[in-house]
Amino acid sequence: MKITDYTMENELMYSGHNACPGCGGALAVRYLTRALGPNLALAITASCWSIIAGAPPLTALKCPILHCPFPSAGAVGSGLRRGLNAKGHYDTTVVVLAGDGGTFDIGLQALSGAAQRNEDYIFICYDNEAYMNTGMQTSSATPFGARTTTRPYPLFKHGQKKDIMRIMAAHGIPYAATASLAFPQDMENKLKKAQEMKGFRFMHVLSPCPPGWGTDSSDTIHLSRLAVFTNFFPLYEIINGEQWRMTYHPEKTRTPLKEYLEAQRRFRQVDEVTIEALQEEVDQDWEGLLKRVSTSNAEK
Amino acid sequence: MAYELISGCQAAALAAQRAGVDLVAAYPITPQTAIVETLASFEAQGELKGEFVSVESEYSALSYCNGAVAAGARVFTATSSHGLAYMHEMTQWCSGARFPIVMVNVNRTVGAPWVLDPDQGDSLSQRDTGWMQIYCANAQEVFDITLQAFLLSEELLLPTMVVFDGFYISHTYEPVDVPEMEQAREFIGPPQFQAQVVPGIQANLHGLSTGEAQLQLVRKRHEDMLRAPEIFADINNRFEKVFGRGYMPVEAVIPEGAKTAFLAAGSTAETVRWFLPELESCGLIQLRMFRPFPKDELGRIVEEHGLDRLIIVDRNCSTGTGGYFAQETRAALYGLNERPVVQDLLLAGGIDLTEDILAGAAQKSPGDGFVDLQWGVELR
Repeated sequence: MKITDYTMENELMYSGHNACPGCGGALAVRYLTRALGPNLALAITASCWSIIAGAPPLTALKCPILHCPFPSAGAVGSGLRRGLNAKGHYDTTVVVLAGDGGTFDIGLQALSGAAQRNEDYIFICYDNEAYMNTGMQTSSATPFGARTTTRPYPLFKHGQKKDIMRIMAAHGIPYAATASLAFPQDMENKLKKAQEMKGFRFMHVLSPCPPGWGTDSSDTIHLSRLAVFTNFFPLYEIINGEQWRMTYHPEKTRTPLKEYLEAQRRFRQVDEVTIEALQEEVDQDWEGLLKRVSTSNAEK
Repeated sequence: MAYELISGCQAAALAAQRAGVDLVAAYPITPQTAIVETLASFEAQGELKGEFVSVESEYSALSYCNGAVAAGARVFTATSSHGLAYMHEMTQWCSGARFPIVMVNVNRTVGAPWVLDPDQGDSLSQRDTGWMQIYCANAQEVFDITLQAFLLSEELLLPTMVVFDGFYISHTYEPVDVPEMEQAREFIGPPQFQAQVVPGIQANLHGLSTGEAQLQLVRKRHEDMLRAPEIFADINNRFEKVFGRGYMPVEAVIPEGAKTAFLAAGSTAETVRWFLPELESCGLIQLRMFRPFPKDELGRIVEEHGLDRLIIVDRNCSTGTGGYFAQETRAALYGLNERPVVQDLLLAGGIDLTEDILAGAAQKSPGDGFVDLQWGVELR
């Protein structure tokens, strides 16, 4: 990788977009369009990116964007792929971009249908862990303990964050991976690997949201890194739903979850007992992940 | 001529096949199922030009079409009743996005309770979604109009819903003249509209706009749709030259001196036509196009024949108001100098339209005390 690969000439995203300062979702799309472009077609479902993309005919991206209703992304992407094929555009990479609402909640049916049919495109979920475009309402991707406007103080989100990666793995799709904005090279490698493949490919990107999470706009990368270092958001990939592989192992960088939680105002009402319980859960999930990784290594 | 004995569902599937669609995405629902199955069997036998995709819901069926048509592909889907209701968000999105999608809807009651009979409320309740709607009275019309709908949609960049009754048409076998593949393809030609998504060309399609911009879009869509009767007539003139038959948005059979006419859409029009000789001095107005509503054409028919009474056959009921077709007819004729009396004959749900009902409705005259709404069930 040369530094010149990162000059503005290779950017598919314009600087005048409508994202908030420090938006993880904006950065995710900047990275992914750079990795997958320039022959790209994007279907974007209702999410922050409905706004970030700008008011037509203005646009934030140098590739075609097809906006679509909230529950429809999985199916619209499928249709777009086959429609482009019908017109002979086999080389164009089709990407569906959805937030956590359009992936974990209202979009799950169409996503599952497309994954089951092994439709030939890449589905990217930029997960800011709530309905951020409408102002931080709880989604099923909101982590336990977070305050939202539909679980306002002194309440907080109960119930675990839905494990979307295991749901996608259960579909047996060719490729699924997590990605962090603090590890752009890892994200790019995964995207390029996915692009080489055929069939349904899925990527889950944790996307810090300064106004929603109650963090400083300059902390987005720091939080992304902490999420990986605390094992809250491990980096891994799953081939064909069964081969699990870690792409970053935080042996030396392992950090207590408390540090990640205390850096965000959305967790400020969480007491020590809850933090301990959450740490235990993260540890358990991590053990489960390691087990899946070692099992698939043994099977190889 | 090659007559085949086929059902309305098969006629619809054959039309999509003859249109050379690039993609069919559909989900089965009674009584539309045979359309999906027939298209799937075409694909299995290598007789479908494009792809057939069996999706996981009606919502996704229309979303799928949305994605493919955006890339410039010719697409088709079919549904019924609850399936159409489930598509409601996408139906509006498709017309707003100016996607020339052709969809068949086979009329069936929307529950609760579960009812399979062909109430028209499923399609009529979608009247404000920006789709053109054309009602067919027999399987021949289903084939011909479904085929023509691709041309109509692609000319106006608006989606078309081709509608016919469940069971009366969907499951009844009739002799239908099905043109050979080459002849049909030659008539319809390849898709004649621009792709919206073109690789390499930046475009922010259907993103967040202002109310001011939307006003312009809504106005353009409305004005474009108003051209549909004229374009439909033009397509049918060309169709008639090739295939020897053609249709108008609204047609009338009025016997000499008759001042009363039944107005019907779908299979009930065929039923009225059948019974016309038994009904003393009554005519028939067959309404095919419901959106846009052919107001001027209907007004001309009423004035030309000096009709003083219309009996509207409504196999539907907008709760709290009455039949959709009656409402629309009253509104359309309001500007006439000599307005006919408009009586609504309601068959909501799905009772058979019998000779007794027709004769009973025809007997009631304005002079007997005006009845603006009658339940068909009371006239059996």
